[in-house]
Amino acid sequence: MASVLLIEDDPSVRRGLQLALSRHGHDARTAGSGEDGLREFRTHPPDLVVLDLMLPGMDGFAVCRRLREAGEVPVIMLTARGDDADVVGGLEAGADDYVVKPVQPAVLDARIRAVLRRGTSAPDGVRVYRDLRIDTAALTVTLAGEPVALTPTELRLLLTLSRSPGRVLSRQQLLEEVWEHGYLGDSRLVDNGVQRLRAKVEENPAAPEYVQTVRGFGYRFGPV
Amino acid sequence: MTDGPGRFRGLRARLLVAFVLVTVLGAAAAAWTGAVLARNALLEESRRQAATTIGGRVTAVAPTLDLPPDQVTLDRLRDAVGGRALVVHENRTSARGLDAGVLPDELRAAVRGGDRIVTQRVVADGTPWLLVGTPLVTTAPDGARTPSGIEVYAARDLADVQRQIDGLTTRALATAAIVLPLAIVLALLAARSVLRPVRDLRDTARRLADGDLGARSPPRGSDELADLTLTVNRMAGSVQTSMEAMRRMEADARRFAADVSHELRTPLATLTAVMEVLDGATDDLDRDAREAAELAIAETHRLVRLVEDLMEVSRFDAGTARLRVEDADATAVVRETLRARGWTDQVRVDAPEHLPARFDRRRIDVVVANLVGNALRHGRQPVRVGVCASADTLRIEVSDRGPGLPDDVIGHVFDRFYKADAARVRSGGSGLGLAIARENARLHGGDLTAGNDDGGGARFVLTLPRQAREPAPREEET
Repeated sequence: MASVLLIEDDPSVRRGLQLALSRHGHDARTAGSGEDGLREFRTHPPDLVVLDLMLPGMDGFAVCRRLREAGEVPVIMLTARGDDADVVGGLEAGADDYVVKPVQPAVLDARIRAVLRRGTSAPDGVRVYRDLRIDTAALTVTLAGEPVALTPTELRLLLTLSRSPGRVLSRQQLLEEVWEHGYLGDSRLVDNGVQRLRAKVEENPAAPEYVQTVRGFGYRFGPV
Repeated sequence: MTDGPGRFRGLRARLLVAFVLVTVLGAAAAAWTGAVLARNALLEESRRQAATTIGGRVTAVAPTLDLPPDQVTLDRLRDAVGGRALVVHENRTSARGLDAGVLPDELRAAVRGGDRIVTQRVVADGTPWLLVGTPLVTTAPDGARTPSGIEVYAARDLADVQRQIDGLTTRALATAAIVLPLAIVLALLAARSVLRPVRDLRDTARRLADGDLGARSPPRGSDELADLTLTVNRMAGSVQTSMEAMRRMEADARRFAADVSHELRTPLATLTAVMEVLDGATDDLDRDAREAAELAIAETHRLVRLVEDLMEVSRFDAGTARLRVEDADATAVVRETLRARGWTDQVRVDAPEHLPARFDRRRIDVVVANLVGNALRHGRQPVRVGVCASADTLRIEVSDRGPGLPDDVIGHVFDRFYKADAARVRSGGSGLGLAIARENARLHGGDLTAGNDDGGGARFVLTLPRQAREPAPREEET
């Protein structure tokens, strides 16, 4: 179904997850190091990368940054539970989501599907707000005529917020709609996604026009 | 510097009083003895002098007297004695002079019956007098002495002597009075020199008791107190050494637990991944193999939980557990915890519709899930979760209708790996659930307590500050 690149250094974990992902219908390729992973990524571009952060040599954060530079491929990172530094660092490096090791394949599969779904939407025409133009059918965004390259997560976040400009959406709501996380989802995903979105669509990300913070409640689009 | 109350001050006071008493009593005794000796010497001297003078005069005039004497003879004898004097012969007395009424009877009797000079001190009209009495004895040419029946009395004023004695007494008292403040000062100095090492020792002992195991007192000199100080220092030293060894061992044990669980995570990640593959393939296996596969799957999940709990406990031990507080609705969190685990129908929730607070949602989810899970497993239904709050405290109560916690268990339910009875060993829990729940409560600045309801059944009460705060960020540990 989806082609997944799994970068994980431990051979048993790598093989185990590959077996499990295959059973969930994914075409899982694997790499045992960051360098191999990037090479594999270039030769066979996957739909999505599952990335272990603890890698020998080039670490997961560096790999994640390289992947971000190369394009908009979604990245799900494998972290140790409760290792907040990993989560924060991984999100800052551009990861879209994370799962905690040891992960149940069913959970990882659900995340993979959720991330890939973000690249699709029910089209309802073109939304234009000042310089920002969002084509919900072609799933393209332009800012003052220039195309803006958004990852599926950033795109889904923008689509969700801009669906009803001026309406405040809580982190909880955004987590459920964009990330498809349950009640105990990590709201740092939202804050990090908003930051990355702002960096791409706002003229001045420190004084955002489109994606505004509503203190104590969440985020809203506009008013523009 | 503060002097401790009670005993310590008492010791100083006792030392002071004892020292002053001894010093003043000693000085007073010495002064008093001196005064008494001097007084006796003075009195004896004046007595001897008076007796000699009067005896001499009487002896000088005696041969010239006519016996038995007439009034003239008595008067002449009285004049010869001089001063205040009285001469008595049978019922006759010399004219003028001393009034016979002042003479005590015992003096008269002693003079009349004896043949030597008798003295006695009397006080008349507030003035001390020395009375001297002597019988007049005639000595025949052959040496035979016969009493003449004449008694001679004279009075000597002792006022001067008394003044001297008074002066001596006053000086003795003055000496004692001067010694008193001196004694107090000396006593204070002595008390201080004795008590300072005692106080130092007390301060050191107090610091040791407060956990400052590096506290020591410098020994002064080589007396018993210095010995005691050295002993206390040695004791503190060995306590410190054993404590350090124990702490090191404890830290090692905890690090070991953390390392072990960390190392277990990688193989568990593989097992978790392949168990699902195995799970999907059990239909093709024969009955025994299927049962074996199912056991392996179930035990892998248990192992994962155990390792995750161990790692969580290790994070609390290492102080690396982080609180992530958010604005949240306590009622919604509780309901969501129950819903996510399929417990909604088995648990009654008594809570306001919304209860805004600030806490770490995921940690509270873990606590509530643990408490409700325990209640459903070990207690009897209905299991009830009560949520309420005051302005600054959030309270979540989980109770059941089971047999409750035995008294000897209540104190241990939060112990790691504590199992109330053997039957619970295989209940599926890691044995760390309640320990972690309480650590989570404390991380919020709250607490978790265990007890029993009035109507029987266990009741766990979680209290949290309504607005939990994240601790000030520390340097990130690696």
